[in-house]
Amino acid sequence: MILTKLAYKSLLNRRASVLLTLFTIAISVMLLLSIERIRVDAKSSFSNTISGTDLIVGARTGDIQLLLSSVFRIGHTNNGVSWQSYEYITHQRGVKWSIPISLGDSHKGQAVLGTTLDYFEHYQFAKKQHLTFNQGHAFTAINEVVLGSDVANRLNYKLGDQIVISHGMGNTSFHHHKDNPFKVTGILNATGTPVDKTLHIPLAAIDLIHGGSAHNEHDEHDEHDEHEKYSDLTGQPKQITAFLMGFNSPLYTLQIRRNINQYKKEALLGIMPTVTLKELWQMLAIVEKVLLLFSGVVVLVSLLGMLTTLLANLNQRRRELAILRSVGARPWQLFTLISIESLFTTLLGCIVGCALYYLVMLLASSYLQSQAGISVNIAMLSYYELTLIGVIMAAGFIIGLIPATRAYFYSLSDGMSIKI
Amino acid sequence: MVSQIMISLNNVTFKWHKNDKSPTLNIGKLNIEKGQHVFLHGPSGSGKSTLLSLLAGINTATSGDVLILSQNLNTQSNTKRDAFRADHIGYIFQNFNLLPYLSPIENVTLGCEFSKSRQQKVLKQHAEPKPSLQKKAVRLLNALGLNEQYHNKDVATLSIGQQQRVAAARAFIGSPELIIADEPTSALDANNRQNFIKLLFEQAKLSSSTLVFVSHDESLKPLFDRAIDLMSLQEPL
Repeated sequence: MILTKLAYKSLLNRRASVLLTLFTIAISVMLLLSIERIRVDAKSSFSNTISGTDLIVGARTGDIQLLLSSVFRIGHTNNGVSWQSYEYITHQRGVKWSIPISLGDSHKGQAVLGTTLDYFEHYQFAKKQHLTFNQGHAFTAINEVVLGSDVANRLNYKLGDQIVISHGMGNTSFHHHKDNPFKVTGILNATGTPVDKTLHIPLAAIDLIHGGSAHNEHDEHDEHDEHEKYSDLTGQPKQITAFLMGFNSPLYTLQIRRNINQYKKEALLGIMPTVTLKELWQMLAIVEKVLLLFSGVVVLVSLLGMLTTLLANLNQRRRELAILRSVGARPWQLFTLISIESLFTTLLGCIVGCALYYLVMLLASSYLQSQAGISVNIAMLSYYELTLIGVIMAAGFIIGLIPATRAYFYSLSDGMSIKI
Repeated sequence: MVSQIMISLNNVTFKWHKNDKSPTLNIGKLNIEKGQHVFLHGPSGSGKSTLLSLLAGINTATSGDVLILSQNLNTQSNTKRDAFRADHIGYIFQNFNLLPYLSPIENVTLGCEFSKSRQQKVLKQHAEPKPSLQKKAVRLLNALGLNEQYHNKDVATLSIGQQQRVAAARAFIGSPELIIADEPTSALDANNRQNFIKLLFEQAKLSSSTLVFVSHDESLKPLFDRAIDLMSLQEPL
């Protein structure tokens, strides 16, 4: 009890150097936890992006490139899949469902995806969760749009708003399709995947905004039937970017994938998203390991910093220790005193570090979500994270034993002779 | 009253290093009775500090017996000596040695925090409803002439004389049987010196402690029951 009090008062007396030590520990804890959390969440964000889809088919390119462009909206493919090929492949035996997607347009930097109603029915993410509507419903006409939750939040769109979609990707596209405004009919719930940053429009509308064939053809011979024109959401596109497929049985997946990759009429590529996601993550694993190594080194350096400070302080504190000896403190009590001090410093460092970590996560989560697509989960510390903190605490305690042992022997040799 | 022996030294020699030719200290016999106020003097280098370190059990004699309260410090283990010192000896240093980050009150109670027996003595001594270390510390500091306004001040802001009183109170709390004062008045002027020593005597009487006071200033000699010249005590080789 008295030792705790003495440790506290002594630390308070040396607060400048103690605070510095405390903050180096806190910052290292914060770094370690942040890197750890980003690593874990990046991984789960990755694997949560798409699920339930057995095959993604696009023009022949790299597996990872196709995955990035079709699912993550990163990069873009120059070639597409012809509509004939799509129709042919999706009418094979065993195909349960298919979703054509057409990318390449944007609205204020957010991706625009042309698709069919099958998208809202069959697209799955995370643990086989379906897309759900926060407000409104799926598009029912060619000039309607369904927004991802981020798009709605960021651009402050409500149901019924009119949106103009521009051609090409990027924020400063000069070619706006001004004559074809879209009406917001639905806003999706947040998914933590790129779907949140996507505007979904009917596939037919993609051709429409490009002044393509669908528009013209309909204009020519369907002028008398407005209703039919607007209810055809698929249209007759020449090309789509890619399509997703689900099968009745995994056996079909392999069979049809082989057929696709050997398809004569067009150079196509079929990938299994789960496999490719793993490959992609393995590519990033080295970065992940380097990050972890760095944060480990940061922790080590901060603990060595604490050791340096403690040892330097100890020399100045020989007199203090001798005084304590003279009023009756035993050497083991001084050992305990120094141990308590280092334990206290590490403990406080870890607590402050956790607080800083939550602060950083709170501040950075929206940035990470928007820039890296990583949905950061601000939750209680996981068992693994607690273990990490435990390891730091233990390391701090063990390092604290070094000056404590020195204090023990100082106090034996110095005794009460206070000459310093 | 049968006088009891507080300190008894028999054929004590002490060498700092084993290979030293002549011992720093060589005392044939020295007895100090309980309750006595002893003035120990001698020129610098006569072995005063060495003798005190033997009495306090910081160092052990190279040969001979050092008995305090009939306990032979020379045969005790380090831990036992530590415990014995904490329980039975109060030490006043030349340079006070107060902990700068504790208040005067906390510095005084520190003397009891490491010794259960001294703590219990304090708590038993007073028949007041709620005896506490703090109350005792306040009383001691008052008795030694440190006004209450200073009791919770920063130790570093106290004057030398005031720090002296805190150091004395720390030694006296829990009424240890033996009080060792190592030139505690060297920083005081003559007037304050005498006053301080009188206060020490009062407290020593109250707690019936034996007082061993070391100084090279022989002008203080008449104030004490007994004066020991260390030079004459040392036996020629």
